[in-house]
Amino acid sequence: MLIKVPALHEPPASEITPRRVYLNRRTALAGLGLAAASPLVLSQAAPGGGKLPKLPGTHSAVPGAMVMDKITSYADATSYNNFYEFGTDKSDPAANAHTLKPRPWTVSIEGECAKPGRYDLDALLKLAPMEERVYRLRCVEGWSMVIPWVGYSLSEIIKKVEPTSKAKYVEFTSLADKAQMPGVRSGVLYWPYVEGLRIDEAMHPLALMAFGMYGEVLPNQNGAPLRLVLPWKYGFKSAKSIVKIRFVEKEPMSSWTKAAQQEYGFYSNVNPNVAHPRWSQATERRIGEDGLFAKKRPTLMFNGYEAQVGQLYAGMDLKRYY
Amino acid sequence: MKAALTRALLHQAAKVVLFLLCLGPLAWLVYGAFTNQLGANPAEALIRRLGDWTLRGLWLTLAITPLRELAGLAALARFRRMLGVFSFSYATLHLLAYGWLDQGLDLAVIATDIAKRPFILMGFTAWVLMLPLFATSLNKAIKALGAKRWQTLHKAVYVIAVIALMHFIWMRAGKHNFAEPAVYGVILAALLGWRVYRRLRTK
Repeated sequence: MLIKVPALHEPPASEITPRRVYLNRRTALAGLGLAAASPLVLSQAAPGGGKLPKLPGTHSAVPGAMVMDKITSYADATSYNNFYEFGTDKSDPAANAHTLKPRPWTVSIEGECAKPGRYDLDALLKLAPMEERVYRLRCVEGWSMVIPWVGYSLSEIIKKVEPTSKAKYVEFTSLADKAQMPGVRSGVLYWPYVEGLRIDEAMHPLALMAFGMYGEVLPNQNGAPLRLVLPWKYGFKSAKSIVKIRFVEKEPMSSWTKAAQQEYGFYSNVNPNVAHPRWSQATERRIGEDGLFAKKRPTLMFNGYEAQVGQLYAGMDLKRYY
Repeated sequence: MKAALTRALLHQAAKVVLFLLCLGPLAWLVYGAFTNQLGANPAEALIRRLGDWTLRGLWLTLAITPLRELAGLAALARFRRMLGVFSFSYATLHLLAYGWLDQGLDLAVIATDIAKRPFILMGFTAWVLMLPLFATSLNKAIKALGAKRWQTLHKAVYVIAVIALMHFIWMRAGKHNFAEPAVYGVILAALLGWRVYRRLRTK
């Protein structure tokens, strides 16, 4: 007898139809373009189209990497995004990101490391085994989702390029191409989008370099073809569509800190006790789950990853280093 | 042309039409909420769109007098009160949606939020300042107060509009997203600027 054990990301059969109905047409078209550009990935794609190429991963063994929360619907996770390179409304990325070309793609690795260079996406895809990880995602704006990502620990890349003793921080730069990203023409932020981590944060096994979600390659609006996912920090720390990784001695100035220092600090760890100047961070609304009139749920320290990442910040005044 | 317009504006049904038009955005939002068409975060969508329509209502109210004089359509004056009352109604719904959907009707939390956050305080102040204008919107109130005093009181709408705009700008400030507030700002500057200009000229 054949028993099909569904992967964690697979919705129950009852939910499959709505997801297809909801699937954004442009995402599908972008996926076809991506698949056409990559015969290797195409061979893994399910027949019928309307979906992005598959990117399977084995369930991660990293502690804390598989939360049991109910997974957010694919429709919500791909239609409600902050990705200012495609516009400031949360519906803009889904509407505009079809112009992003996630292949061919190279990532330039620079700075204080023994093996700098330009790394092709295909090489990065093969650098370490793909894992599926179900993370909570907490946006600084007070909403949250639960996403099954596919990727491997950022530390795999870092170990490969051998950072020197001067590498105290890692800086991540996102693509800023006016031709592919209409939002870059606006002066909302200083482009390109820059984010940073302390090297020990970057080496933490939960810091994920993601290439996919929901068992498929990343949709453009979610940061294709590769992005960071730092589940214990507010979402904006997880840079999308990364083109450069640089090892540096001094703390990098991230784009949001540059734009509003008093609102967005370098660390930006999820912390219910430190309010954003314009709203409280004590509670959050889980997208697609909490009803319109439901009370928001309490936000957890380090987004519930305190057991795993708390020691990174031992002795630090988290009100000062927000 | 002007005569025909005036006739239309003075028609008995004109106020009913405007009333229904004013209800339109609310009906659309309620329909969207029930049919799940407000996106992934319907609470946020409801709060923001009710705020948008409050601003639009206020701006339309302020546009009546300039339009009346510039287009020579005195009949427009009869719609000003209804637009003002609708602005207040949308402001009240906006406040209620924030208090209920965002803060779970927890009065202690709401009070802290208002006291602590300038942009919420701005919005709340604008709503409080609208209260006396709403309370004195009937003809009886004009008689009781005397036309002159009533008019002076209702000049508060200029302050209310400026505070409401600041509330909007401040809300967007964290994201450096000023495109929409700029449009509202330019229109408000024109509406208030016209009044200053007229005043200087008639002196």
